[in-house]
Amino acid sequence: MLSNIGNIFFILNILVTISIIYFCYHSVRDKKYNLAKIVKLSILQSTFAIMTFATLIAAFIISDFSLITVYENSHSAKPLFYKISGAWGNHEGSLLLWISIMSIFSFLYLIINEKSNSNSLLITTVCQNFLILAFLFFSLINSNPFSKILPIPPDGLGLNPILQDPALAIHPPLLYIGFVGSSIYFSAALSSLITGYNNKNFAIQIKPWVKVTWFFQSLGIIVGSIWAYYELGWGGFWFWDPVENASLMPWFAMTALIHSLIILERRESLYSWVIILCLLTFILSVTGTFLVRSGILNSVHTFANDPSRGLYILVLLFLMVVISFAIFFTKTKKETYIFENFSKEVFILSNNWFMAFYLITVFIGTVYPIFTEVLLNNKISVGPPFYNLVIAPIIIPFLFFMALGPNSSWIKFKSFDKKKFVIVLFLSIIVNLAMIKFFGGLSTLSNLIIISSLFLIIYSILDFIFSAKEKKHLNISRAVSHLGFGLLMMFIIINHNFSFEKDANLKVGETEKFESYEITFSKLRLDKRENYNALIGDFIFKDRKSGIVRNLQPEIRIYNDPETLTYEASIRTNIFRDYYLTMSNIDRSDFYNIKFQNKPFMIWIWISAIIISLGGIQRLFIFKK
Amino acid sequence: MKFKRIVFFTIVFFILVVFFFALKKSNIYNTKNLIGQKIEPFEIISFENNEIVTEKNLQENNFTLINFWASWCSPCRVEHPFLISLSKTKKVKLIGVNFKDKKRNAQNFLNTLGNPYDLIVTDNNGTYSIHFGIYGIPESILIDKELKILAKFIGPIDKDDYKKIFEIIKNDKKYN
Repeated sequence: MLSNIGNIFFILNILVTISIIYFCYHSVRDKKYNLAKIVKLSILQSTFAIMTFATLIAAFIISDFSLITVYENSHSAKPLFYKISGAWGNHEGSLLLWISIMSIFSFLYLIINEKSNSNSLLITTVCQNFLILAFLFFSLINSNPFSKILPIPPDGLGLNPILQDPALAIHPPLLYIGFVGSSIYFSAALSSLITGYNNKNFAIQIKPWVKVTWFFQSLGIIVGSIWAYYELGWGGFWFWDPVENASLMPWFAMTALIHSLIILERRESLYSWVIILCLLTFILSVTGTFLVRSGILNSVHTFANDPSRGLYILVLLFLMVVISFAIFFTKTKKETYIFENFSKEVFILSNNWFMAFYLITVFIGTVYPIFTEVLLNNKISVGPPFYNLVIAPIIIPFLFFMALGPNSSWIKFKSFDKKKFVIVLFLSIIVNLAMIKFFGGLSTLSNLIIISSLFLIIYSILDFIFSAKEKKHLNISRAVSHLGFGLLMMFIIINHNFSFEKDANLKVGETEKFESYEITFSKLRLDKRENYNALIGDFIFKDRKSGIVRNLQPEIRIYNDPETLTYEASIRTNIFRDYYLTMSNIDRSDFYNIKFQNKPFMIWIWISAIIISLGGIQRLFIFKK
Repeated sequence: MKFKRIVFFTIVFFILVVFFFALKKSNIYNTKNLIGQKIEPFEIISFENNEIVTEKNLQENNFTLINFWASWCSPCRVEHPFLISLSKTKKVKLIGVNFKDKKRNAQNFLNTLGNPYDLIVTDNNGTYSIHFGIYGIPESILIDKELKILAKFIGPIDKDDYKKIFEIIKNDKKYN
C-alpha cells in the first residue's frame, strides 16, 4: 500500500519537474516571463518531494516490513525516535531527503529572487531541475526506497546500534542542507555564464545561499565529530576518515567562496574564480557522495556496497563536470586582475590559496589509496600522520594572514600598524611562555601554532571591539568567525599535546593507581532498557593531587536486533577537562579492560567550532535587514 | 587557453576513469583468494635467539601451520588446546608468529598454557603478518612443502578446523 503511494508521488514529482523545465524553457525562448505558473509548479514539486519522504517515514513508523528499506534498517521494538531517524539513516531514504532539499531550495530561490533578472532566474531553475530529475531517476530506478519484499518478513533487521543516537539522527539532515543546498549556486553559476548576468548583483544574489549552506555544513561536521567522540569510544574527534574528508572538501570550497564573493561584490572582480568555486562546491559534494555510497573506500559509515549505484553517480558526476566546465570555458571571458600588494583583495585571495592547498591535500589523501589500488594493485591507507605533517605547518602563516587581513584596506596598501603588530606578537609569546610554565613543554611546531593562534585571537578581539564601537555589524561576524578559528586551533593543539591515556585490566573491587590518579572498580550491574541490556560498571575516580572525586559509569550495551555489542564511554566534562572512561569485557574472565583518558579543554573545541559557524550565520541576518 | 582546457579535461577524465575501475575492484579485504598461491619470500627474526628465519625453513616439512598469535589476544587462549593436540600428532609442523607482543608476556603465556610451536618468530610491529595477508589475530595458514597455501583459518581454530587440517593432510596425494 505505502509502496504504491510512494511510487505514485515519485511519478508525479517527475512529471512536475519535467513541466517546470518545459515552461521555463518556453518562457525564456518566447521572452514571456510567467513566473507565477512556475512558482505554483515549484510548490507542487516541493510538496510531492516532501510527501514521498513522509510516506517513507510513515512506513518506518508503522514498521511496514514489506519494504526492503524498512526491513533492512528498522525493527518493531525500536524507540519511535530512531524509527523516524532510520528513514534517512540509509542510502535509499537519504536520497529522498536529498531530493526534498534540492526541491525546497529551488522553490525558495525562485520566490526570494522573484524580482531579479527573470532570464537568469529561469535558467537557474532549469539547471536545478535537471539535477533534481537526475536524482529522481536515480532514486526511482536504482535505489528505490519503496521496493517490496515477498514474503513479508515478520520483523526487521534493525538499525545499527551505534547509529541510534540523537546526534547522529540530526547529523545527516544538517550536512545535507549544506552540501545538497550548494546545488542552487551550482545552477545559478551555470545560469550566470549562459545569460551573461555577471555583475555584483549575481554575488549579492547567491551570497545568502552560500552562507546558509556553509553554516549548516559546519554544524553538520561538528555534530558528526561530537558523535564520534562519545560514541566510538577511542576519545578522538577527528579521524581523517574518507567520509569525514568527503564533508570537509566542499566545506573548504564553500569557505573560499564566501571570501572571494566579497571581492566580487565590492570590486566586481574575480568573477571566473567565483564561478569555478560555485561549480566545484557541488561537484565535490557529489564526488564525496560517490566515494561514500559506491563503497570503494572503507570507512566507519553505513552504506552498503553496490557498484551499480556507484556507476550511476559516476556517470552523473562525469556529465556534471563535462557540461558545466564546457559551458565555463566557452562563455568565460579573460579577466585581468590588478591588485596591489597587501591590499585587502590580496589578503582575501590568500584565504583562497590556503583553502585550495588544504582541499588538494585532503583530496589527494582521500583518493590516493584508490589510485594505488587501481594502478599498482597495492592496498594502502593514508592516515592522520600524512595530514598532520602536511597541514599543521601551513596553519601558522594562515593564522597570521587571517589576523592581518581584516586590518588591511581595499585597493591601496596603507602602511600597517607596526606598533600594534609588535605588541600583539609580544603578548602572544608571553602567553605562550606562561602556558609552557603552567602545562609543560611542547614541540616547536606546537608552540608556533599556539603563538599564531593567540596572535589571531588577540587581533580578532581588537577587531571585534573596534567594529562594535563603530557599529560595523558586517565586520563583527568576521571577527567572531576568525576568533572562533584561533580558539579552535589553540585548543586542538593543547588537547592534542596534553591528553593523557591509561589502559588497565580490572576486576570488581580492584583499584588501579597511576600518576596522581586512582580508579576503583566498585560495582557491576545489569540494567534492562527499552531496546537493549546495559552492563554498567561503577568506577570511582580520584585525583589525589586536587582531591577531585568523580563517579564514572561506562557501559557495555547488548542489543538484540541486530545482535551487537557497543561500548559507551562515560564522560565527565568541566570547563578545564573531560574525564573519559570506556570499558570492554575480556573473554572468559572476570577482568574488564578499562581505558581512562584525561582530555584538557575538550568542551572548548566544540565551543570554538560553534563560534566559527555562528559568525557565518550572524552575517546573514545583518544582510537581511 | 586551449592548452589549459586540454590539461583540465585530461586530469578530470583520468580521475574519473580510475574511479570507474575502482568500482570493479572488490573493497572487501578478502584473503581467501590467496589459497593455492605460494607464500612470498620473507626474513623474520626468531623469538628465542634472534636468528633469521626464512621461507626455506618451512620447506623442511611436508606440512606447516603458521599460526599468528599474541598474549593479549583472548581468542588465542581458546584455540591454544587445539594447537597443543596438533603438535602432539607430529603430522604438521607448527610455526608461531608472535604478533605485536611483549616478549615477557608472550613467554608467560607459553609457560602457563604450554608451547605447541616447533619454531616461534616475532613480528613486533605487525608488518610481516600483513605480507601473509593477515588482518586479525588469531589467524592460521596451512602450507605444503612447496610453500603453497592450502587453507586459511580466520579466527581461533576450533574442532571443525582441527578436523579439516587432518582431512587436507590425508587427501593430499603428493605427500602420502
